Formats: sequence, C-alpha cells, structure tokens
Amino acid sequence: MPVTEELTLPESVQDFIEKWRDKPGNLIMVLHKVQEAFGYVPRGVALELARELDVPLAKMYDIITFYHFFKLEKPGRNPVSVCMGTACYIKGGQDLIAELEDLLGIGLNAVTEDGEFSVEAVRCVGCCGLAPVLVVNEEIHGKVTKEKLPEILAKHREVSAE
Amino acid sequence: MTPDDVISALKTSKLRGRGGAGFPTWMKWNFTKEATGTAKYVVCNADEGDPGAYMDRSVLEGDPHSVLESMAICGRTIGAAQGYIYIRAEYPLAISRLERAIAQAGDMGLLGKDILGSGFDFEIELRLGAGAFVCGEETALLASIEGERGMPRPRPPFPSVKGLWGRPTVINNVETWANVPVIITRGAEWFANIGTEDSTGTKVFALTGRIENSGLVEVPMGTSLRDIVFNIGGGIPNGKAFKAVQTGGPSGGVITADHLDTPIDYTPLQELGSIMGSGGMIVMDETDCIVDIAKFYLEFTVEESCGKCAPCRIGGRKLYNILTGTTKGTGTQEDIEKMRTIGSAMQKASLCGLGQTAPNPILSPLRYFRPEYDAHINDKLCPAGVCKDLIRFEILTDKCIGCGVCARKCPVGCISGERREPHEIDQSQCIKCGECFEVCKFDAVLRA
Ligand SMILES: Cc1cc2nc3c(=O)[nH]c(=O)nc-3n(C[C@H](O)[C@H](O)[C@H](O)COP(=O)(O)O)c2cc1C
Ligand code: SF4
Ligand code: SF4
Ligand code: SF4
Ligand code: FES
Repeated sequence: MPVTEELTLPESVQDFIEKWRDKPGNLIMVLHKVQEAFGYVPRGVALELARELDVPLAKMYDIITFYHFFKLEKPGRNPVSVCMGTACYIKGGQDLIAELEDLLGIGLNAVTEDGEFSVEAVRCVGCCGLAPVLVVNEEIHGKVTKEKLPEILAKHREVSAE
Repeated sequence: MTPDDVISALKTSKLRGRGGAGFPTWMKWNFTKEATGTAKYVVCNADEGDPGAYMDRSVLEGDPHSVLESMAICGRTIGAAQGYIYIRAEYPLAISRLERAIAQAGDMGLLGKDILGSGFDFEIELRLGAGAFVCGEETALLASIEGERGMPRPRPPFPSVKGLWGRPTVINNVETWANVPVIITRGAEWFANIGTEDSTGTKVFALTGRIENSGLVEVPMGTSLRDIVFNIGGGIPNGKAFKAVQTGGPSGGVITADHLDTPIDYTPLQELGSIMGSGGMIVMDETDCIVDIAKFYLEFTVEESCGKCAPCRIGGRKLYNILTGTTKGTGTQEDIEKMRTIGSAMQKASLCGLGQTAPNPILSPLRYFRPEYDAHINDKLCPAGVCKDLIRFEILTDKCIGCGVCARKCPVGCISGERREPHEIDQSQCIKCGECFEVCKFDAVLRA
C-alpha cells in the first residue's frame, strides 16, 4: 500500500482528537473515528496518529490487529456484512455467503474489481430474530433468501451511483 | 436512602448478575463500597458477545435511562464519580440512543456536577468495543477501556478491589443494571417475590433458531423450557421434531426433549451440563447436526481466543480439528476420549472463562447425543443430513415418475433422464446441495 495516500486527517477527526487528547485509553476511540471517516485505517493516517497521540507505531498496530473491527484494507463502496452468529448460521448464513460469491465473483474479505462491493462475515448484529441477516451500508436486511440477493445488491448499487 | 440502605435492598431482592455467572449483585457493590481508595469506578458491560443473543441491545435502545439511573445509584452507593459504558461497536442505534440519553440526563441535572443539589457528582462516558468477544470478560473489558489489547488478567484480585486503572470497580451486565431502579422504586420484597427462592426476578431470553415465534421473551426465573419453547415460542415450524436448545452460547450446552420441564434457573441448568448464560436460546430441530453445531462454536472460540494461555490456544484448536475430522468421516472412537481429556484440561487450566467453558458445547452434547457422534465415526453417516461429506443423494427408480422437477432445479445439472422415465444422479458432479431432496414431491430422492 502506498504510504502517501490520504495523509490529512479530516476536520471531524482532528476535532475528536482534541476532545479526547487527555483522556486515558483514548486510542481505540480515536481509531473508531478514523475508520468512520475512511472506512478503514489507512497506513498514512496510522503514522500521523502515532505522532499526534505520541503512541509508538508498533503499539498502534498491536491494537489495530487485535481488534477485528478495525480494517487495514479499503472496503468496497457498499460493504456487505453477512451475519454468521449462531442464529443466522442455523438459518443458512453460509448459503448467503456462497451465493454472494457466485453473484459478485469474490470471496470473503475481498473487494469487487469495480470497487462497488466487499463481503465480510460478522458475528451477530443483534437482529437474531430476523435470521439470516445481512447488512449493506448499515442497512439491515432480515430473513434474507438467496433469491432476494440480486435485488438487494442492485438497490445498493443504484444508490451509490447517484 | 443511605448507601447502606441500597446495599440492604439489593441483598433482600437477591438480584443476581445477568451476564452469565449469576453472582449476587449486592456483594459486588458491597466489596467495592468497603474497598479503600480515592477513585472508584462504575462500569456497564454492554459488550453482548454471545452470537445469537440481543437482550442487552433491546434494553439499551428501548430504555437507556434505566441503565444511567442505575449506574448513578451505584456511584453514590460505593463512592464513585465516574462511570463507563463499554458497548460493542456493532450496535450503532444503541450507541446513538445512549449518547442522547446521557445528554438528556445532563440537561435535566441527573448526571454531572451536584446532581439534584445533593452535592454528588457523577459522569458517564461511552467506550466502544471493537469486535473482540473476549472483551466481554470483565478483566479484558477493563484492559480495553484502558486502551490496551483486551487480554484477561488473572483473578484474584477481582475488579471490586482492583479494577479499572487498578481502582475498585463495580462491573455489571446491562440487564443487571436495568433491574436496580425497579428494585429501589417498587421494593426489594416485591422483586424477591418474582421467580424462585434461589433466583429472583425475571430474565430476558433471545429465542431463536428453529422456532415459530422468534424474538425476545421476558419470563419469571424458574419458568420451564417447555413453556418458553412451546407456549410462548409456538413450537417448531414446518412440523419438524424438537431436538435440543442451546443455552449459554459458546460457553453453554444443550437441553434435550427429556429435560424440557426443567425450571430455567442457575443450578438446575448446571446440573444438566449447561449454563444459564446471558440469555441466548438457540432451538434446534431434527435437521440440525449436533456435531456441526459443536464445530461452529469451537470455530468461534478458536477465532476469539486471545492466545494468552496455552490450554485455550492449543486445546481449542485441537478440539476444532478433531470435530472437523468427525464431520468429514475421518473420526475415530479414540477421538471421543481425546476430546474429553483435552476438554477437562482446558476447563481446569485456562486463565479465563472463555477457555474454561469452550469445551462445553462438545462435552454437554456428548452426554445426550453420543449415538449421533457414533454415526459420524462408525457408520460415516450424518443422521441430520448436514455434514456434506457424509451424505449421498440417490433417486429410487421404483418411486421416480420422471417429472423432471429435480433435474430443472439441480444447480449443477447433474440429474438426467427421459420424461416419464426414472431419473439418475451423476454422483461425480453432485455438490450435495439437497435441492432434489427438497423438491421431489414423490419421496423418490433418498438421502443416505
Ligand atoms: C469469554 C467471556 C465473555 C463474556 N461476555 C460477556 C458479555 O458479553 N456481557 C456480559 O455482561 N458479561 C459477559 N461475561 C461475564 C463478565 O465477565 C462478568 O461476569 C459480568 O460482566 C458481570 O456482570 P453481572 O454480575 O451483572 O453478571 C463474559 C465472560 C467471559 C468469560
Ligand atoms: S482462556 Fe483463552 S481467551 Fe482466556 S486468557 Fe486464556 S487464551 Fe485468552
Ligand atoms: S422430482 Fe422426484 S419424481 Fe420427479 S424426476 Fe426427480 S426424483 Fe423423479
Ligand atoms: S444434491 Fe444438489 S447437486 Fe446433487 S443431484 Fe441433488 S440437486 Fe443436484
Ligand atoms: S446471530 Fe445473526 S443477528 Fe444475531
């Protein structure tokens, strides 16, 4: 990954850092803010954060890699999270992943060539009554069947094209 | 009410922690109250890590103020001025409702400096989890608030004496917190009259899986599983037979049809080899494979193990590998003994609850579903028809009328035959999706 990309911190992140600078244990909260802004934690930003917060880079990556929520790679414009919690697993979450693989031509944790979609498996989004569940662009789709997937994907593709 | 009155009300109410272990809440508060030290902390565990359970989410979204009020009561009782809510990042709506509730409470003078003119100060701050199940364990959670990797620490010392930043800390589960204000307003006796002698009050369960009415149910402690599954839950859909309920998620075990009348309570569930857990109830029917579900849970705990101690890191991986072999038809009878030995070593030697309880989803079903394990091992068969390497689909020539439906539905097109003639499956191409078995209206497809 090139080190030069997206080096500047957006204002929202800078404001957040100012607010949290003196609070102990602030690193994880700041990383959340960064991921909210970029969709992942770009390497250049991690470098700048390490300087800003005076945290060794090694420690920074120690934290980022320990916590599954933080991503090091840029996700697609429409990130798809398929729930693989127990309730969704029993109701066929795995079949949804297989079908997405067919429809999008990518496996888990990959991005489609046009950058539109990425697929990941998550552990329970707290809508287990609606199993199986998948989340696209933070919109929750419940009781999903294989047959509904093309429609769901098309909808989000359109929205992101606007 | 004085701090001592609050402790004594909690004691009379017999409220026990809803996060899984069922520890008496008044004792925790009292330890922290008695602990010496200048700064103390109040922490709400809203990490809700059991996949397939969402009781806490509904409390946080529906009634966030109950948790804030409760934490303030605790702060005043134990002498703390700062509270933290550690909430998983996967709950954006709950996070925004909590943020709004904290702001509202501040505006109303119910949080902040000199609350209602009492001279008592109390602030609450949110801290977000980041997708690590082990951070639901209390010492790991505190490490995570401190900005470190969420690795459990040995206990004792318990958080009540040495918790956040080394200070005495009360940490309770969301549902535990939500119970406190009603105990204070409606009275400890009122609360103690609900439920059983041993476990008072109500408990919320997330009823999911093979169940007609899936959702959250709140019942008095001691309600029977039969009541929950068949009366409230409406039973099993599609005329299938009930097989078992998993309680306690990846730390728990199964309850079978023979034990449906067991009252849902800490001790009876433990006697059956399961646990109450935080409230997840996954209903399984005859189409669910007990070995496959165990493998699912082990995959989860192996992924989520923090790797700090060997029994969990290595033992969990070994159990997972054995189960994978069993589902693929390479299992042996010795494997069963091996799993028992590894499992009991993990129970005894793991540092935290994750490793100590990780073997439960194997050991508990082994008590009740040994024949199903044996079928996988001895006969290389999966009776539920889930483990793909252990099933085979065949068309019975005497039953097949040659309607052609299965051939049209087969995703890899490996069924052939003339119209009105018996069809045939090309076994070398079959991906064992089961579509033909599902669609044949003449019971002509055999699953073996
Ligand atoms: C691996 C592991 C995960 C846990 N996850 C949670 C959780 O998600 N939520 C929770 O409230 N307690 C969880 N606990 C239990 C906590 O360690 C602790 O017992 C609980 O927060 C105490 O609150 P209570 O007394 O109100 O139940 C977990 C424990 C272990 C060992
Ligand atoms: S038991 Fe597992 S999760 Fe707990 S400390 Fe040991 S390795 Fe980490
Ligand atoms: S659906 Fe059944 S009856 Fe029809 S062709 Fe297939 S096996 Fe034969
Ligand atoms: S199991 Fe699936 S792949 Fe195999 S024959 Fe039947 S429909 Fe075709
Ligand atoms: S298990 Fe999928 S939302 Fe909970």
